[in-house]
Amino acid sequence: MSQYKELINEGMWKNNPALVQLLGLCPLLAVTSTITNALGLGLATMMVLIGSNVTISAVRNWVPKDIRIPVFVMIIAAFVTIIQLLMNAYTFGLYQSLGIFIPLIVTNCAIIGRAEAYASKNPVHLSAFDGLMMGAGFMVVLVVLGAMRELIGQGTLFDGADLLLGPWASVLRIEVFSFDNQFLLAILPPGAFLGLGLLIAAKNVIDAQIKSKQITSPEAEKGPRARVTSLT
Amino acid sequence: MILPSMTKNGAILTAFALATTGAVAVVYNLTADNIALQERNQLSTQLQEVLKPQFYDNSLYQDCVLIDDPQLGKSPQIIYRARMKGKPVALIIRHVTPRGYSGDIDLITSVFADGTIGGVRVTKHEETPGLGDKIELKKSPWITLFEGKTVLGENDDRWAVKKDGGNFDQFTGATITPRAVVGSVKDAVLFSQSQFNMIFDAPNACNTGDA
Repeated sequence: MSQYKELINEGMWKNNPALVQLLGLCPLLAVTSTITNALGLGLATMMVLIGSNVTISAVRNWVPKDIRIPVFVMIIAAFVTIIQLLMNAYTFGLYQSLGIFIPLIVTNCAIIGRAEAYASKNPVHLSAFDGLMMGAGFMVVLVVLGAMRELIGQGTLFDGADLLLGPWASVLRIEVFSFDNQFLLAILPPGAFLGLGLLIAAKNVIDAQIKSKQITSPEAEKGPRARVTSLT
Repeated sequence: MILPSMTKNGAILTAFALATTGAVAVVYNLTADNIALQERNQLSTQLQEVLKPQFYDNSLYQDCVLIDDPQLGKSPQIIYRARMKGKPVALIIRHVTPRGYSGDIDLITSVFADGTIGGVRVTKHEETPGLGDKIELKKSPWITLFEGKTVLGENDDRWAVKKDGGNFDQFTGATITPRAVVGSVKDAVLFSQSQFNMIFDAPNACNTGDA
């Protein structure tokens, strides 16, 4: 059980793909202008991550070390294409508003990073759970960033949710406040950089507070924050 | 020594390539119909926005002409023909203007037989969010200003933004975008006025057969 707990902690907080590993920044910064887009891309990434982790873990004993990277890339590309086709068929509006960023999931380093660092060395059930948690961690950051930018930029939340969840979801749209001109900085990519920076800062502040409470324990942090995607 | 491992690795790579492309092919086949349906639905929603369904009784996506006219932007342009009981009612023209603030603006305009506009919508653009994107109906009703208007010849100077002495509002902080849209819609209307009957006489390019 403790393995699962560790995976939850890793994915959602300690080794969060977006806040700590800083992977997949291109989609993160580009599509988080609304919660709906962020949630859509987050879900798509999570599905690809689970699918690729499970497949790679299942075949890990048959893939020689020398050719593992091309095999991983093929598997990931196949999953991304499948997800893209499914989104095109069943969530057409969202497919159009995410546009080029769905095929670009294939370049999200978080996915091949997890394939290499975790799924290729661990059994299927743990890899699936790792994919779920890493995907969830990525999605939560996307959604929080999307909420911040949508709220500051156009004063709404869940604008266009019906594109993702079907017509009933248009009632989710909340107009928090309205202004004549949108706040451009929040909507354009620089706003995403600022927002992500604030989120990382907030995470570091929380980490520092937790650490200062546990100062009595001798096992302090051993080194600077590391990007744990390498082979260990 | 190296040859057996090369053969083995090559075989494994081939197997994975076949398996992954096979999976993609299966999903493609399963979703192809649904994707075509979604695209057709989107097209008919777009067409209904510029021309209300009570004006025609044919299925528009099966009745179109392809036109090469530099005035309407990148060729070929698709023009749908709306008919009522076989009689020509209106043309729905897809046209593109390259004069947007950032990249092309794709438009769709319907023009009745008497030269008045049924409706205009922007189908694709990359204008600045918050400034130029007011050409979208979602952001601002500006695009509905065109409905019911007509163009009186090439030199109709009402067809410009107010800054250029015309009748159309520009947006605060964005003049280039509405100027491009107004100019392109004017061209589309002029094209339709001069070629209306010729287009309806041309052979059908969208004869897909199924209903």
